[in-house]
Amino acid sequence: MEIKRFLKDICEAPGVSGYEEYVAKVVRAAFCSHVDEVRQDRMGNVVFLKKGSSSAERRPRILLAAHMDEIGLMVTKIEEGGFLRFSAVGGIDPRTIVGQEVILYGREKLPGVIGVKPPHLVPAEELGKGHKMEDLHIDIALTEERVRKLVSVGDLALIRRELIQLAGNTVAAKAMDDRAGVAVLLSCLQELERLRHEADVYAVATVQEEVGVRGAAMATYGIVPDLGIAVDVTHGEMPGVLEHEACKLGKGPGITVGPNIHTKISEEIIRVAKEYRLPYQLEAFPGPTGTDARAIQVTRGGIPTGLLSIPLRYMHTSVELLDMDDLKLSGRLLAYFIASVDLEFVEGLSCC
Amino acid sequence: MLLKRLSEASGASGDEGEVRSLLKEELALHAEEVTTDALGNLYFKKGIGRKPRVMVVAHMDEVGLMVVGYEKSGLLRVAKVGSIDDRVLASKVVAIGKDRVPGVIGAKAVHLQKPDERTKAIKIDNLYIDLGVRSQEEAEKLVKIGDYGTFTVTAREAGDNCLIGKAFDNRAGCAVLAELLKEEFALELNAVFTVQEEVGLRGAGVAAYRLHPDLALVIETTAAADVVGSKESAYVTKLGDGPALTLMDSTYIAPQQIVDLVVETAEKLNIPYQFRRLTTAGTDAGIISQTHAGILSAVISIPCRYIHSPASIINLDDWQNTLRLARGILNAVAEGGLRLEGIA
Amino acid sequence: MKELLKKLSETYGPSGREAQIARVIREEIKDYVDETYTDNMGNLYAVKKGNGAKIMVAAHMDEIGMIVTHLDDKGFLRFSNVGGLSPHVLLGQRVIFANGSQGTIGMEKLEELNKLTLEKLFIDIGATTKEEASKYVKVGDIATYHREVAVVGNRMIGKAMDNRAGCAVLVKAIQELAITDNEVYAVFTSQEEVGLRGSRVSTYRINPDLGLAVDVTMVGDTPEAPTMSVSLGKGPTVKIKDASVICHPRLKEMLSEIAEKNEIPYQYEVLTAGGTDAGAIHLTKEGIPAGVISIPCRYVHTPGEMVDLEDLEHALKLLKAFLSAPLEMREIFPCHLE
Repeated sequence: MEIKRFLKDICEAPGVSGYEEYVAKVVRAAFCSHVDEVRQDRMGNVVFLKKGSSSAERRPRILLAAHMDEIGLMVTKIEEGGFLRFSAVGGIDPRTIVGQEVILYGREKLPGVIGVKPPHLVPAEELGKGHKMEDLHIDIALTEERVRKLVSVGDLALIRRELIQLAGNTVAAKAMDDRAGVAVLLSCLQELERLRHEADVYAVATVQEEVGVRGAAMATYGIVPDLGIAVDVTHGEMPGVLEHEACKLGKGPGITVGPNIHTKISEEIIRVAKEYRLPYQLEAFPGPTGTDARAIQVTRGGIPTGLLSIPLRYMHTSVELLDMDDLKLSGRLLAYFIASVDLEFVEGLSCC
Repeated sequence: MLLKRLSEASGASGDEGEVRSLLKEELALHAEEVTTDALGNLYFKKGIGRKPRVMVVAHMDEVGLMVVGYEKSGLLRVAKVGSIDDRVLASKVVAIGKDRVPGVIGAKAVHLQKPDERTKAIKIDNLYIDLGVRSQEEAEKLVKIGDYGTFTVTAREAGDNCLIGKAFDNRAGCAVLAELLKEEFALELNAVFTVQEEVGLRGAGVAAYRLHPDLALVIETTAAADVVGSKESAYVTKLGDGPALTLMDSTYIAPQQIVDLVVETAEKLNIPYQFRRLTTAGTDAGIISQTHAGILSAVISIPCRYIHSPASIINLDDWQNTLRLARGILNAVAEGGLRLEGIA
Repeated sequence: MKELLKKLSETYGPSGREAQIARVIREEIKDYVDETYTDNMGNLYAVKKGNGAKIMVAAHMDEIGMIVTHLDDKGFLRFSNVGGLSPHVLLGQRVIFANGSQGTIGMEKLEELNKLTLEKLFIDIGATTKEEASKYVKVGDIATYHREVAVVGNRMIGKAMDNRAGCAVLVKAIQELAITDNEVYAVFTSQEEVGLRGSRVSTYRINPDLGLAVDVTMVGDTPEAPTMSVSLGKGPTVKIKDASVICHPRLKEMLSEIAEKNEIPYQYEVLTAGGTDAGAIHLTKEGIPAGVISIPCRYVHTPGEMVDLEDLEHALKLLKAFLSAPLEMREIFPCHLE
C-alpha cells in the first residue's frame, strides 16, 4: 500500500487513547500482507510478527513500537440546554480547539462545534486571556432531550480534519502523532521484504501512549524482546523554538541519544545511516523521553532501547505538519538497521 | 582512598562507565560472580545459594550536564541531567565526553550587567560551556551531541574529619557498599551499583526484577540542611549525627518492622543515628519495594551538605557509622532478626 | 452496613500503617473465605476459590495522615502529609496516633490565611518537654484525623470514608456472595493514597484475568462545585476515566449491562484529576483489563467525608451481581482480531 494513502487513512480514523479498536483494524488491514502473524492483546496493542530468515534456534527478537492512539475530548457533563462539557484525553492546549468543528461519537456520529463567544460580546480585558478547557463546550445543535438520548458522559469527540496536501512533500493532519510512526513501521516492513534479516521483528501498534506510555509497557512485558525501538514524532523547527530543541523538516529522522537510549543501538543506527548515506539528525535528551522508549527500557530486567523520531511541527494540534520524505527515510533506515542486527550484536548489549 | 577516587570519577546518569570500571577493578576479587545488564547496573554476588538473599544497593550515577547543541561561535548549549539548581552552574569548570575535554561555564561580567539583571537567577538557557574554541566546526571535533559533562572537582579533607567534593550523592554510598563487599556475611549478598537513579530510579527496578531478593538495603546520601538560616525542624539531617533512616519519602514508606530493625540495631551497637526529616524526593527503594510482589526495603543515608552542587561536604564519622550500621543490619538479618513475609 | 461502615471508618489505618484496619477487616471476612494472608506491603488478601475466571477486587484500606518529622524542646510535633492533605482543612483538627495518643493542630502566627502551609502547623499533644512528648510519640509515627461517625438522614459523615466505604462494600460482598465458579481475590490494599502501591504488588502476585477497584469518587452536586456529572444518592458510578486509568471499554459495558438488568441505578464517571487502584492494576505484566465501581463521596480528604447509604447498598448489589456472573474471558475480551 502506498504510504501516503495509508497515512491519510489512519490519520482520519478515530482512535482516542483507550478506544483504539477502529484504527487498529485499519492498521491491521494494511500490515497483514507483510507479516507472518498478527495478534491483539487484551489492552488492544496489535502485534505483528515478521519472522527472521535465520534458521538458528535462537533468533534476535526486535520490538518496534509506534503508538496508534491519539489525543481527544471526552464528555464530562451534559448541561442544561444540551451543551456538553468535556475534558481532554492526553495533552491538549485548549486555545487550539476553539472554533473547531468536531465529530462526537455518541450513539451515532454527530457533527458539532466548539463554540466561541463573538468578539463583540467579550469584555476587553478577557481578550488577552487564553480559553480554559472547563469554560468551553461542545454544541451539537440538538434539544437537551435529544442530546440526553444520544450522548452520555464518557463519550468521545475528535476535531474534524482531513489530511491536507501542502507544498512539495509536506502534509498536515490530526493524529500524525504518532500515526506517522505507524506509517514508518509499514514502510519498514515493506522495505524488509527485499532485505535479508536474521531477527524476528515484532512490530507493535501500541495503545494509550498519550496518557502515560501505558500500552508499550504491557506489550514489551509480553514480547520480551532483545532490543526495542520506539518510533515517534519530535518537534520540528519553527520560530520561537530554540534551534537545539528542534529537528529540521526534510533532513531525515532524529536519532535520540541519552540515558533512555542504549549507546550501542544509537551508534549502530548512525553507522547504518552513514553506510547507506541516509540523512539523520541527532537529538540529545537528558532523561527518560516522553515516548514509548521510556516504558520499553525498564520492562522486566531491562531492554536495550532506541528511539527514532520524525520531525513534526505543531504537535498536539489538528494540523500536525511533516515532510513525507522524512517518513520514508525513517522506514528505510529502520529496515537497514534491522537487517544489520545479528545474535552477536544483541548479546553484546547486556554489557556496556 | 576509594571514596575520593569515586567522587572524582565522572558518571552522570546514563554515562556511568568510568565509575563502573573503577568498581569492577576494585572489587572483582571479592565476589563470586560479576555481571552487568543492558542499562549498565553492576552486580556482585557473594555467598551464592545462602539464605536470605539480600540486595544492597547504591546508585553510582551523579547529576550532570549533557551537550545538546552548538552555537556558531563554538559555545555549547547544555541541558541538565538530573536535578541541579541552575544558579549553581555559573563560573564552574567541567569535563565533557569520554576524553574529558575541559571547559568552563562562564557568566556575563558583572560590570556589563544592568542593575535589574544582577538580581535575577542566571538560567541554563543563558549559560554555555566554553571549550576555548573559535567555531562550531572546532567544537564538533572535540565533543559530540549527547556527550555528558560533570564538574571537575578534587576531593579533599577539610575541617573536623570532613570531606569536600562533588558527587558524594551517591559515591559515598558506593564506597560503603564496596567495603561491605569485602567483608563476610552469613547470607547471599548481592551488591548492586545501580544506574540512572537521578533521572527517575530507572536502574534499580530492573535490577530488583532480575534478582528478586528477600530484602533490599539501599545506601544513599541525603541532604543536610543544618546551616545558618534554617530552622531545626527543617534540617532534614544534621552533619555528624550519624546515618539517617528514611521513614517516608515521595516513593516509599518504611514498614514498621524495618524501622524497628534499624533502630534496634543502631542502639544495640551504640551507633549514632537520626531520622531523615523530609518526606519528599525518592530513592531506589521506591521502585524496588514495588517490584514483583513487593520487596521489603530499607534506606539509610549519609548526610551531605550542599548536595547536587560541585562543592558538597560529608563527615567521615557519618560515613564510618553508616558502614557500621549497614554491617549491623546485614548481621541482624543473617541471624534471623527480620520476618521476611507478612506484616499484619 | 451502617454499623460496619462506622467501625471501619473509625479504625486507625494511614498509608504504610494499615495493620490495625487490616485486623478489623480480617475478623469480618475470615469465616467467609478459603484463605486470608498479607504481604510485605501490608495488603490483606482474601480468596474464595473457584475454577472459573480469576477476578481481583481491590478496595484500599489506607487513609491519609500526618507523619511526625520533629519533636521540639517544648514538646510540639512538626509533621508532614501522608497523602493529599490541605493545611486549611487541618486547622483545629483533633488527631490520633496508633497507640491512642491524641492531639490538636495549632498554627504559627500568620498574617495571611491563604499563605498557610503545612510547615506553619504543629501537633500539640499536651506535653511540655521533648522528653515528655517522646513517651507518647516518636519521629515517624503517623496520626490520622480523630472523628466519630455521624448518621444524618440516610447519609453518613466521618473520616476515611475514602475508602472505608469501598471496604465496607467489599466486606459485605464477600459475606453475601452466592456460590460462583469465579475465583475471587478480594484485596484490601495498602498505600493507595501515596501512589497505588499496594495494588501494584498485589496484582503482580495474583495475576488475575481482570481487576476491579471499589473506591470513592468526587461529586459535582454541591454549591458552586467543579463541573462534574456525579451526584450523591444517585447510585454508584461506573468509571470511564481518571488520571490513572481508562477503564477497559468492555468492562464498562458489562458493568452497565449488569446494572440495567438488575435495575440498579448507576452513573457514568469521568474524573479529571486523581487516580485509583485500577491505574496500577491495568498496567501489571501484560496488561489486565480493569474497571472501577465508585461510591460518590462529598468533601473528600476532609474529616467530614459524606456518603449515602443507598449508594453503598446499590454498589454492593452491583458488585455481587458482577462477581457471580459467569465470565468467559475469551468471548468477552477476545485476544485476536476477528
